[in-house]
Amino acid sequence: MNATTGGIGTAMLRKEDPKLLTGENKFVDDIHVNGELWMGMVRCTSAHAKIVSIDTSGAEAMPGVHSVYTGQQLADMELWAAPLPCAWPVTEDMLNPPHWPVAVDTARHVGEIVAVVLADSRYQAADAVEHVVVEYDYQPAVASIAAARDGDAKAHLELDTNKAYTWELVPDPDALAAAFENPAHHVSADFVQQRLIPAAMEPRGVLAVPSPMGGEITLYSATQVPHILKVMIAATTGLPEQKLRIIAPSVGGGFGAKLNVNPDELLAVTLANRLGRAVRWTETRSEAVGSTHQGRGQLQHIEIAADENGKIQGVRAHLDADMGAYMMLITPGVALLGSFLYTGVYDVPAFGFSCDGYFTNLTPTDAYRGAGRPEASYAIERAMDILAAKVGVGPDEIRRRNYINGGEFFEDHEAASTLIFDSGNYAPNLEKALELAKYEELKAEQARRREAGDGKQLGIGMCTYVEICGLAPSRALGGLNYGAGGWEHATVRMLPTGKVEVVSGSTPHGQGHETAWSQIIATKMGVSSDDVTVLHSDTALSPLGLDTYGSRSLAVGGVAISMAAEKLIEKAKLIAAHQFEASPDDLEFVDGSFSVKGTPAKSVHIQELGFAAFAAHDLPDGMEPNLQEQVSFDPPNFAFPFGTHVAVVEIDEVTGGVELVDYIAVDDCGTQVNPMIVEGQLHGGIVQGAAQALWEIAMYDDDGNPTNPSFMDYLVPSAAEVPYMKTDYTVTPSTSNPLGVKGAGEAGTIGSAAAVMNAVVDALSPYGVEDMDMPATPRRVWKAMQGGAS
Amino acid sequence: MTVNGTARSADVEPRTLLVHHLRDELELTGTNVGCDTSSCGACTVHIDGRSVKSCTMLAVQAEGAAITTIEGLADTARANGSSTGDMDWHPMQEAFQQCHALQCGYCTPGMVMAATSLLGEKPDPTEAEVREGLEGNLCRCTGYHNIVKAVLSTTGGAS
Repeated sequence: MNATTGGIGTAMLRKEDPKLLTGENKFVDDIHVNGELWMGMVRCTSAHAKIVSIDTSGAEAMPGVHSVYTGQQLADMELWAAPLPCAWPVTEDMLNPPHWPVAVDTARHVGEIVAVVLADSRYQAADAVEHVVVEYDYQPAVASIAAARDGDAKAHLELDTNKAYTWELVPDPDALAAAFENPAHHVSADFVQQRLIPAAMEPRGVLAVPSPMGGEITLYSATQVPHILKVMIAATTGLPEQKLRIIAPSVGGGFGAKLNVNPDELLAVTLANRLGRAVRWTETRSEAVGSTHQGRGQLQHIEIAADENGKIQGVRAHLDADMGAYMMLITPGVALLGSFLYTGVYDVPAFGFSCDGYFTNLTPTDAYRGAGRPEASYAIERAMDILAAKVGVGPDEIRRRNYINGGEFFEDHEAASTLIFDSGNYAPNLEKALELAKYEELKAEQARRREAGDGKQLGIGMCTYVEICGLAPSRALGGLNYGAGGWEHATVRMLPTGKVEVVSGSTPHGQGHETAWSQIIATKMGVSSDDVTVLHSDTALSPLGLDTYGSRSLAVGGVAISMAAEKLIEKAKLIAAHQFEASPDDLEFVDGSFSVKGTPAKSVHIQELGFAAFAAHDLPDGMEPNLQEQVSFDPPNFAFPFGTHVAVVEIDEVTGGVELVDYIAVDDCGTQVNPMIVEGQLHGGIVQGAAQALWEIAMYDDDGNPTNPSFMDYLVPSAAEVPYMKTDYTVTPSTSNPLGVKGAGEAGTIGSAAAVMNAVVDALSPYGVEDMDMPATPRRVWKAMQGGAS
Repeated sequence: MTVNGTARSADVEPRTLLVHHLRDELELTGTNVGCDTSSCGACTVHIDGRSVKSCTMLAVQAEGAAITTIEGLADTARANGSSTGDMDWHPMQEAFQQCHALQCGYCTPGMVMAATSLLGEKPDPTEAEVREGLEGNLCRCTGYHNIVKAVLSTTGGAS
């Protein structure tokens, strides 16, 4: 492909990098406008309290302070048309008490906003916050799932229960009951998915700028979801949607934590609109524990029924899930995203799942990298190791015995959960990973150390995950009561000079959309990727889109771009045929050039047709000028990436310290557009999952106070805690889209927590340890080695 | 103080953090803020040639100091003849792109400044020394794999 550089499959260096490497790019906090006011949030310091009084006079008298508003005052100003939105009411009778941007009479978690200060500077706003005096009437707090389920205290005083909903998926109850009638092997296990702080390196931030003439408001937000935000801001504030413009400038990581509709975003927009001045806020890291949603937070119960050979007869799972204090955008649906994956990569004849969602007086939960699927993968993959031990075979063998289609290649397999898995080829993937890991050598080394009583015990753990991504077929989402669709939009236009503009509905926050989309265009249209510019993350430039989460950007958005390019090529072909005075059917399109079949000497490159379409002097009769095509792609099915991860840990017998010494991952995300980007996504995902296994937990005391809210004690791993990872791939194209792509953004996280914990438990098995809660801290591990409870 | 080779003077509130002075007053927004406990290293700059977290220092403490931020790093590379590649960057910036050592890019300026300072102190580090040396800089995207690779690639020690 002589005219094509940087096409699909190339490890092309990223277009995004130069600005990021030199500090030229702009994150929200880098952007300033004249006359801007800084918001400072007065946040509740108790997990549950009635607001008796708020004295703002001291703050109002401080230098640089413009005004102070309490929740009651904002409500009286009629700034809100509706409470903060929940787009996923999972059941008809789900409880969803109103969640206002600023608490009016009761605050229900530490960090809930009770008043907002506006001041001329960052520092003045922070000072003034300290001088707002709030009198509270403290209420008993619900500080854990168990307390919500079993205790007397209520997270919402006006409700007589903490249970928000019960959701069930039992496709065939009789078959499920039969499977569990006297199984030869019965695994019954309970796992804790601790709360996690997503901790994108860029804190969230907003800047709302009113236009004095037209009444428009532009909101810059560190968000993953500018398009969704626009609709939701209109719905919750009553401001006309067409007057809102949302821009996500450079966004410093998201991991799900930036896909919400947050009080600060609504406050900035409505106050800027009311005051006619720009209003901004940048989250501090310690503030984030109460101002940005958290992830996970589930108690899991899983059972497997299997025959004497370990062949699975049925799987059933139940979750008690922590919603936190309120339902945010997709809070109640996170568990549902995982529900279909409690059968893993296995041929499971009978399946049942249920989830009870509970309110607590803790920070709301919502999507965090993987959103429901790492939890599911963890439960089934930990349970498979337990089953292997019961059957008396290795963890690799129990998996081989249970793979869908015996581990061989399949397409369009209907699972007991009713989902259709697009494609899989599991056994070769496992064998490749075991070979890369030198599994037999590792086992020999483990045996040697055990024999020798080595002070550093070796643990080997594996996880063979599958995940659902490419969210999502709109009809499927509708069937799950989700409030929107799952399509993605793309526009491709050829400019008069032959350069290409791509308008992307999906929005990047580190993934490299500008690079990958250019590669798709390069391959499809036969142009250099340097000739392609990608426009995104601004609702004025890209009015249609459903944004980025659920590993959907490529599998939905990238496919839309590919399809729009194909449409554009079809139109260009008509122009070329007109110029050649030939039938379009007689033309071929190779490396960006049209020629009449059999006479390649006479050809025209597609980039040369841009001007003809623009000038429109001599187009086929009835053809509209310009080369611009758009596609909204609604995928017919999800995509199901899979892979095998092997973790190797060393446990220090004296300290209980766990060191991750090696990590091997063989992933299958279908066709790869940029292998370099895929590998980077996996590296980061793997470390985030390993961090759940070994280090990270958002802790609260019995009164609901966060006890490790900063990076001093919330242990995001550094380079010193992790090893180089060994990655390889198998390629099984998806049947859900014409590019055959699946998704890679969440896969690392979905595979790694289970692999690492299986390794930890494996290392501790000589001590009789059968399970361990995450994170496997030195204290927990050491106690377990002494025979104490983990 | 001298910032990226230019003399800068200003009256500042005594409590102003250096990072806020650099960002809000001097409009050098390449230096980022990722935490409020001096844990993440996103704000790392060079002061008199050594890496410092600019959130741990008051602007007034930098009086008379020579400060280099990410915006000035390439100039210093050009000045000492070590800039490379088409982009005329510092070799560490070049290595970060070549090795895909950045994704969202928020930690990147601090990481690059910390890495160049590390190599100033230890020109030929082992992998373990690079990992220890960057312990004060957090990244949530890369799992550090390609960052470590990039740093070692500038010393010829990539594995």
